[in-house]
Amino acid sequence: MIPLSHFMIISAALFCIGLYAVLSKRSAIMILIGIEFMLNAAILNFVAFSRYDKFAAGGQTFALFAIVLAAAAVAVALAIILNVYGYYKTIDPTQIDQLRD
Amino acid sequence: MAEQVVFYIFSALVLLSAFMVVVLKNQVRAIFLFFVTLFSMAGLFVFTLADFVAITQVVVYVGGVLVLMIFTFLLSNRDILNNPDATRVSAAGIHHLPGMVVAGLFFAVLIAVVLQSNPEQIEWIKNADKSTLKPTDNTIHYLGINLMTRYLVPFEVVSLLLMLALIGAAHLARKERKI
Repeated sequence: MIPLSHFMIISAALFCIGLYAVLSKRSAIMILIGIEFMLNAAILNFVAFSRYDKFAAGGQTFALFAIVLAAAAVAVALAIILNVYGYYKTIDPTQIDQLRD
Repeated sequence: MAEQVVFYIFSALVLLSAFMVVVLKNQVRAIFLFFVTLFSMAGLFVFTLADFVAITQVVVYVGGVLVLMIFTFLLSNRDILNNPDATRVSAAGIHHLPGMVVAGLFFAVLIAVVLQSNPEQIEWIKNADKSTLKPTDNTIHYLGINLMTRYLVPFEVVSLLLMLALIGAAHLARKERKI
């Protein structure tokens, strides 16, 4: 039986790695990967606490919902990234600074 | 004992590969290491006795998200096949400092909270002898019943949203037709 706090520490570390990727990466795909890390850290906490809630299984159910929503978000975000690349010929978010043509 | 050893190997894999994803200069390697992180996260889910969530993680993330990411990466860097060095970006530099500071401070706050919270002493966890999952339990049974009764409305909302997202993605990614 692994103590709950170990799961929480791992998920905190993963969340901060994702936060760093979101804040300092210069490629839209790497920023998306950082967001996925943060989502996965949250899912790990959901699932770890759900071990003590067998009959309602709230944590596991919402972990499933979160995985599905993350997949939907990735599909839309990657389509947007492809469109941005077609328009600006770069996916560096610091260089995409114009809304007009 | 063996349980603990395997658990810590998996968690070390998760953290190391996630760290390498962030640090590596070569973006293709970073995306493939992302695969390792997601797989070992599925391993950690098994240790919380959530085997169905682990399988979903492997199917959805490794099967769907990762393939999409590699496709997009290769489509948005057409010259990478000619010179792979072009995608290298500097790992060190002054522009990374704010991100490092914010992430490090946030990590310190989270660790302080986790160490003080003492989650084993929460009331509903302490009194959860009957409803604690055992390794022999069939979690899919409970999940299926709950999805069709207690969480039916969120389930339908998520399915609707997934369909909307797929239609939206297909619309965004299509080619404009010249008239």
